[in-house]
Amino acid sequence: MSVIEVEHLHKRYRDHVAVHDLSFTVERGEIFGILGPNGAGKTTTVEIVEGLRTPDGGTVRVLGLDPRRDGAELRQRVGVQLQESQLPERLKIREAMELYSSFYDRPADWHQLLEDLGLADKRNAKFGKLSGGQKQRLSIALALVGNPEIAVLDELTTGLDPQARRDTWELIEQIRDRGVTVVLVTHFMEEAERLADRVAVIDAGRLVAIDSPAGLVSRLDSGQRIRFRPTTPLEDRILTELPEVHSVQRSGSQMLVTGSGDLLQAVTSVLARHHIVAADLRMEQANLDDAFMALTTHEE
Amino acid sequence: MNRLAKLTFTELKLFLRDPTAVFFAVVFPPMLLGILGAIPAFREPSEDLGGQRVIDLYVPIMIGFVLAMLAVSVLPTYLATYREKGILRRLSTTPVPPSSLLLAQLAMGVGMAVVAVTLVLGVGVVVFDTAMPQQLLGYLVAFVLAAAAIFAVGLLVAAVAPSGKAASGIGSILFFPMMFLAGLYFPREVMPEVLRRIGDFTPLGAGVQALQDATAGAWPQPLHLAVLAVFAIAASLTAAKLFRWE
Repeated sequence: MSVIEVEHLHKRYRDHVAVHDLSFTVERGEIFGILGPNGAGKTTTVEIVEGLRTPDGGTVRVLGLDPRRDGAELRQRVGVQLQESQLPERLKIREAMELYSSFYDRPADWHQLLEDLGLADKRNAKFGKLSGGQKQRLSIALALVGNPEIAVLDELTTGLDPQARRDTWELIEQIRDRGVTVVLVTHFMEEAERLADRVAVIDAGRLVAIDSPAGLVSRLDSGQRIRFRPTTPLEDRILTELPEVHSVQRSGSQMLVTGSGDLLQAVTSVLARHHIVAADLRMEQANLDDAFMALTTHEE
Repeated sequence: MNRLAKLTFTELKLFLRDPTAVFFAVVFPPMLLGILGAIPAFREPSEDLGGQRVIDLYVPIMIGFVLAMLAVSVLPTYLATYREKGILRRLSTTPVPPSSLLLAQLAMGVGMAVVAVTLVLGVGVVVFDTAMPQQLLGYLVAFVLAAAAIFAVGLLVAAVAPSGKAASGIGSILFFPMMFLAGLYFPREVMPEVLRRIGDFTPLGAGVQALQDATAGAWPQPLHLAVLAVFAIAASLTAAKLFRWE
């Protein structure tokens, strides 16, 4: 079941088109990544979904609601973590949670939320005294305090150190496990690869691909590479006959096989059939990074 | 507690944690009145002032000081900072619109103004035997209009200032000439005619004069009430037109 439906979305600013004919759907309960280089139109897209901006064309339905017309209802059911949004320096965490939870008809238990986000012992700390990671976690807590069905998280881990980033990723998985649909805007490949069930790749305001991270990677030509040293000589033909194999190269005693799909399985089983042992077998797999570069690289 | 009341209460707590703002808006005006009153000559009736004492004149001036501090310095600095830090924007993603925070700030500012004005009047009446307002209704009308005018100017500053720092800068630039024309450095009674005339057309000059007239028992002059009303309406409409939430 789709909780977000975006069709033919169009948004132009004074002198440039920010979003062009963008369509996608987000299913209930998934982590949906929106990936793209800086300035690709990711934030504009989610801001239209949140009802913060008006599109110039196309339709957007969120939980069956029109974000502009049914804004009040929408804001009860969608939690938003904005890029670079702060709180007053002198506001205590406890006060922020109490205040923001009072805005909602059916708020979450904010004590529990702070507990889950590892902020319980900071409840009397003022916002100005928090570290970057703590501020981000508080920002997530505020996005969740209304007990939302959808949480939109924009550039959540930008500026966090690697450890804090990994902790945050675990949190997002926990959020999904509560049954919240997560829309995750990011320009970190690793983050999308690790978290997202499906990823929409946006470039220059257009949708270039939408698939699971693995699906995106497998679209790459020579997405996978296998290197090994055969213990007994073998003919290239044995391998090139396989549908998964694109090319076979030799350098000295080493063989390099490129291909896609279930390449490793195909190669190892054909070698086994010919009683050839593949020594020093290494698999080099393309990752989302490579897929992303291939999808968004423009010819200048 | 409803949402606006809760927001207002939170803003009040934040204000009370801001020692500089509390000092200058709430503590300093009655304190300055006390310091001026400690000078014996200021407690003597003066013929230059039509038989009034300097200390009598400074009660409405200090009330103007309170209003200017809260409305033109504190309010725009807070609101512009909230905009700069994305706090207004964050609110626009919740069921509470960011305009509620503006209303909460206004309510908090007006509430603190009432507290500080009461302190100023209290110090004046109890310590220096200054007069209670003789024309009470006129005094209340003058106070409400003066507060409306000066807070509207504050909202206009908040609307145009791109950042908290800019707002506090613009606030200071407005504060000193407005307070000067309201008589902070020398009361309007001893001002050259031309300065007093200019002051008549500023929110604080008109406000202080209207409060002083009502204290003495007269109904405030129509000119001063009109100036205050025009400022209140024009500045708030312009602010509403220019205000950006992000």
